[in-house]
Amino acid sequence: MATTLTHSGGAPPTPAKGRGWNYRLALALAAGTAVWLGLYLIIAQFARWLTRDVLGLDSRGRIGAAVEFFVYETPKVLLLLLAVVFVVGIVRTFFTPERTRAMLAGRREAAGNVLASLLGIVTPFCSCSAVPLFIGFVESGVPLGVTFSFLIAAPMINEVAVVLLFGLVGPRITMLYVGTGLTIAIVSGWVIGRLRLERFVESWVHTVKIGTAALDLELTARDRVMAGGVAVRDIVGKVWPYVFIGIAIGAGIHGYVPEGALAGILGRGAWWAVPAAVLIGIPMYSNAAGIIPVVQALLGKGAALGSVLAFMMSVIALSLPELVILRKVLRPPLIAAFVGIVAVGIMLVGYLFNAIL
Amino acid sequence: MKIEILGPGCKRCQQLAENTKAAVKALGLDAEVVKVEDMQAIMSYGIMATPALVVDGQVRMSGKVIPASHIEALLQR
Repeated sequence: MATTLTHSGGAPPTPAKGRGWNYRLALALAAGTAVWLGLYLIIAQFARWLTRDVLGLDSRGRIGAAVEFFVYETPKVLLLLLAVVFVVGIVRTFFTPERTRAMLAGRREAAGNVLASLLGIVTPFCSCSAVPLFIGFVESGVPLGVTFSFLIAAPMINEVAVVLLFGLVGPRITMLYVGTGLTIAIVSGWVIGRLRLERFVESWVHTVKIGTAALDLELTARDRVMAGGVAVRDIVGKVWPYVFIGIAIGAGIHGYVPEGALAGILGRGAWWAVPAAVLIGIPMYSNAAGIIPVVQALLGKGAALGSVLAFMMSVIALSLPELVILRKVLRPPLIAAFVGIVAVGIMLVGYLFNAIL
Repeated sequence: MKIEILGPGCKRCQQLAENTKAAVKALGLDAEVVKVEDMQAIMSYGIMATPALVVDGQVRMSGKVIPASHIEALLQR
């Protein structure tokens, strides 16, 4: 026990050494949860105290409103991110890409598209490894359309987007986003499968010999918790500047843009607002952390939900860097079909919500 | 000992290579750290997410950038 402790320093994934570790782990998790809850409960008070008593601002005034918004929302969103990314990091140790591939191989379309989209949410995915994932899927017998359902759902519905939507915009719109995002992934993948575009996959993909040296490490409870920690370091460490900048811009819009100012441009009256939102969104490469605080502020100033939702989906789901990466395995007609079909799906969602809400 | 870092040369892969070198140095191991960037070679290991860490031909970790301390523990296992 003692030797394990001296070696553990920064908490490396040593195998669990009996029950002692698990007690420690449970205790540490309970303490962490308590600290987290404590912090979460005092943010609102802290923000009010900082804005009014320390800075002496009136929260009904412009600057006061913007500052209070910023000092309340930023720590709240960061705390939510911390907790959710940690938990998702643990959950994802149960869903490796290898396991997902095994579940999807030889799966028929339709049911396969649904399963692939759902697995896209929980399987760890980074657009930087889109190429090995694509080859691994296609070459082990996952149909092309099913592979696309996965590739559309994985970046679109990610924990960062869901946390920010939930924390800043609310549960109703979060559910709309997740529901319509899943539908787009399922249907677009299915359509791509129907179009029989397999010939537009780069031919070198089929010459790749895939090894079977899948990693077969037994993970202990401790390893899984460590994976949660690594996810926090990796993801929160990367997105926190976007959270700050996004919320700062959002705060500025809150304090300074007059109510209803955007109703004309981004309102539901303008038919071209939805396609314009999608077109502007594709080259814009920002992650959810930067875009959602701005989206929330726009909604508050009279922008129509459908147009804003379309913009957000386009920014997150269709990104130029990912297309460049996918170009290594897909020929231009297939990339065009992928972008076109997803863009049409997003536009339909935009028009639908502009019409019914 | 031969340690290979699999990845197409992205930032995350470089980070993992650096962490690995640090871990090897900290443990004082006699190990060669090589980066494998060719996609055909990467796929031959059967991984689906980069970056990945291969020790003496065996895949030990894939799809994550793990800190040097975790790599140390992994190399000692």
